[in-house]
Amino acid sequence: MDEAGVRWTAEQVLALAPDDASRRAGARLSAAGPWSEAGSSDEGAVWGLCKGSGKKPYQTVIDTKGPAYKCSCPSRKFPCKHALGLLMLWAAEGESAVRTVVDVGDGEAPDWAEEWLGGRRERSEERARKGKDEAAGAGGQADPEAARRRAERRAARITGGALELEQRLADLLRGGLAAAERSGYGLWEETAARMVDAQAPGLAARVRELGSIPGSGAGWPVRLLEESALLHLLDLGWLGIDRLPAPLATTVRTRVGLPSPADGPPVKDHWLVLSQYDTSDGKITTRRIWLYGRESGRTALVLGFGAAGRSPQPALPVGLVIEAELTPHAGAGQLRADLGEEVGVPEGGGTPPPGGSTTAAVEAYGSALRVDPWLESWPVTLADVIPVPEGDGWQLADADGESALPIAPASLGRPGLWKLVALSGGGPVTVFGECGHRGFTPLAGWSADSPETVRLT
Amino acid sequence: MTRTTLWEELVTSALLGTDRRTPPADVMAPGRDAPGALLDAAALHTLRRRAGLLPARAAARPEPAPRDDRRELPEPARRRLAQLLADRSAPAGTGGRRGTAPDLTELLPQWLTTANDQGYRAPAAALPALLDAARGRNDLRPHALAFAGPRGLWLARFNPDWKFALRGASGGAVLPGAQDTEAVRQLWEQGLFAERVALLAAVRARDANAARALLATTWSTERAEDRLMFLDSLRAGLSDLDEPFLEDSLSDRSRNVRATAAELLSALPNSALAARMAARAATCVSLDRTEGPTGPTVVVEAPHECDADMQRDGVSPTPPSGRGERSWWLGQLVEATPLSVWSDRLGGRTPGEIVTLPVLDGWTDELHAAWCRAAVRQRDPRWARALLAPPAASPASGPGASSLAERAKLLATLPAAERAAWVAEFIAAHGLSEAFQLLGVCAVPWSEPLGRAVVDALDIARDGGSYPWSFSGVMGLAERCLNPAEASRLEILTATPDEPEGASPGAGGYWSEAFQRLVSTLRLRAAMLSELTATADGRVLTADG
Repeated sequence: MDEAGVRWTAEQVLALAPDDASRRAGARLSAAGPWSEAGSSDEGAVWGLCKGSGKKPYQTVIDTKGPAYKCSCPSRKFPCKHALGLLMLWAAEGESAVRTVVDVGDGEAPDWAEEWLGGRRERSEERARKGKDEAAGAGGQADPEAARRRAERRAARITGGALELEQRLADLLRGGLAAAERSGYGLWEETAARMVDAQAPGLAARVRELGSIPGSGAGWPVRLLEESALLHLLDLGWLGIDRLPAPLATTVRTRVGLPSPADGPPVKDHWLVLSQYDTSDGKITTRRIWLYGRESGRTALVLGFGAAGRSPQPALPVGLVIEAELTPHAGAGQLRADLGEEVGVPEGGGTPPPGGSTTAAVEAYGSALRVDPWLESWPVTLADVIPVPEGDGWQLADADGESALPIAPASLGRPGLWKLVALSGGGPVTVFGECGHRGFTPLAGWSADSPETVRLT
Repeated sequence: MTRTTLWEELVTSALLGTDRRTPPADVMAPGRDAPGALLDAAALHTLRRRAGLLPARAAARPEPAPRDDRRELPEPARRRLAQLLADRSAPAGTGGRRGTAPDLTELLPQWLTTANDQGYRAPAAALPALLDAARGRNDLRPHALAFAGPRGLWLARFNPDWKFALRGASGGAVLPGAQDTEAVRQLWEQGLFAERVALLAAVRARDANAARALLATTWSTERAEDRLMFLDSLRAGLSDLDEPFLEDSLSDRSRNVRATAAELLSALPNSALAARMAARAATCVSLDRTEGPTGPTVVVEAPHECDADMQRDGVSPTPPSGRGERSWWLGQLVEATPLSVWSDRLGGRTPGEIVTLPVLDGWTDELHAAWCRAAVRQRDPRWARALLAPPAASPASGPGASSLAERAKLLATLPAAERAAWVAEFIAAHGLSEAFQLLGVCAVPWSEPLGRAVVDALDIARDGGSYPWSFSGVMGLAERCLNPAEASRLEILTATPDEPEGASPGAGGYWSEAFQRLVSTLRLRAAMLSELTATADGRVLTADG
């Protein structure tokens, strides 16, 4: 083991891949063959030249402390297969008895790699300086008056949107949900577009969701009524925002789609990367990374966004611990936080977060709803639960009790469920996941005989 | 009104529309329109339900998976497995050009074999990917399932996609112990066919007599196709003790069962059937005493009829179309005759001398072909050696086997080192274009002379200016079978050479790429093996030790 922290595992590297194709391509490039002049440094930099189809080999550099990647290949995927392959090679060499690449150990980075690494160091120092300057009061808005006027104009447009949406909902209820099935998706698309015009992306996203419910199988009228009612509640929240307590008002603003500033007091901690997974609405890919702070005991959510075809940033190795500063976003019940620039070299993970029973999990979700009624789910760790088949689905049952949580239907077809069942082998495991009204979505698991964090996404 | 029925009322109003169905009176507030009041009430109810969620009652827990006492994989090997499995769904062969990166999917079988030999247990989290891989590839199944072990079988019960793991011989882990006679009898009488085949094989592996006794208990009531499969399972560990049972089966109702019994008996040179066949064959093949100008010759007098006794001994009376009856019968007689007979019959000659004797009236091919089949069936290396032409000789110039398929079968009866040496010489003489089938029967990793012959032949092919994908089959084999220690010797071939006059355009670059892939695959295999065989103190055991 070298001083530069733990090398990542192959799985952790593969978890960074933007898609399956990159994952496979990366795995293939993880043999010594195409690589030359590869090396790594104590500061967490890894570099190498990869022979591609052209004459000139690609230059690949990774700063594992970001992690950040640079490669001279034309790929728009991020990280590209070369970066993944090099990281896999680096990961494998950490413990392998056979070194297949020219001494990946501490070394001097070649000029082409040093150029980029040096640039990164300078930028980060500059940011640190700027941060200090701003903290000293030198920064701030250029024209606070203009900003206030802009905010007022936007609020007025959102109010217009919310009123219009209320009208649509009233019309829907007056004519009946049964008619909604016939009117199809177009109606909702149009309404969603009106909400985008009204600069309320949060409302637009919820309206689009409504449009997909009539085609979602048995029980759709109940779900449509529930979601319509919660959207109505959000409208009313916005229209009466002056009367709400401050934290709830912030939550409403965030839910409507106004950016919530990351302005909470920063938390420096050793964060265990619990899970990382992407969802896509066709235009934007959203990455959700759950972190658990070893010292603070806090659970935090880091979001990343990427336009179509580009994978979101950041990418963190699941199962490892990173030392970093997180800045929480405002908003009651929100766990969202921004990852600071300075991320330490990842270390071994070790033990899972402390967990509770299935009853404690639903209670935690229930309490979280008090401060954010629009919450779909809440992050919890279940200790000593056993996956149990039940009908067509699965449950997680308390090992020492009679209670169980159904696994969310969306998770049932996924490989992660089978990994969880395999990990358990019929015995108790610890599971981290999202607990909500649709059931429990397992994201990471630990078994007693292996301390490793197993990705379930 | 209770909360549930209130909710049902709300849903009904919402479905039909408040214009047609007014929401219940107790949700209506003064000054509120009906849709607004309905949505207010629904929001309240929805939140109340979500905030008040309770856990469900736990269903019956599954039996825990049986313990697996094999060793845990070392960390680097576990990473390597994840890497190999991550590549498994890659599309196979994307055209002629494969680039320089190794094909990891091809290395998985080797990894699994070594891991099993070393007695490692599969990491639990890898089981689903392992079962998926086994599902897609039959060749991988036995190794993957053995590695997956009892927890893998336990897991497979829950997913219909993995049903295959519970069937067939690989279900060995669920078979009762051989000592548990009651359980064995019960499974034999009530089990599914595949379970019964597996059971029979397992019992036979431990106690051949017990297996035959078990088979005899139900033999007369089995269906013909099942009898055939059960009989076929006697092939493993066949011995003279099986003769009485096989002899009985020569009068079986089913022709296929009779033929299989005869075939098995003829592989037992001491059996009565072998003696009967020898007597028949001896009347057909003899040495001409009156030496002609070329020395002694073999005279063949093919049988004139295929009588009932011959048919009972498994000789099939009707030839395939295009073949003469008498030569068809002759071939079967010679094939089933113990090879030891011929030395006495043909003047005390050795197999090598016998196959060089001239044969009268154009019977050479027929006779030699039958001897080849007999050598394979009786696993006789002396005869196989004699019938294999010298490796350097032109394949068309006899004696003995001329087709590559026949040669491959004969080679398989020779000791590994001899086999490799023969194939190496063959490749040195004839190049690679016909070597693929022969290489397939050689032991892995290839011996040094064989590996060197293959690499030299590839080098010659490159200098000849052809494209490497004409040899992609051999290249692929080399990646899997060359001794990893050869990697450094190959390094020199990875350079892109200057294009000689008349060479195919760009071939040099493609060859360099192909050799790079070969070298990196060998390196990867070396790393793979060392990760699996390294001892706790970091010492590396030899790959084949």
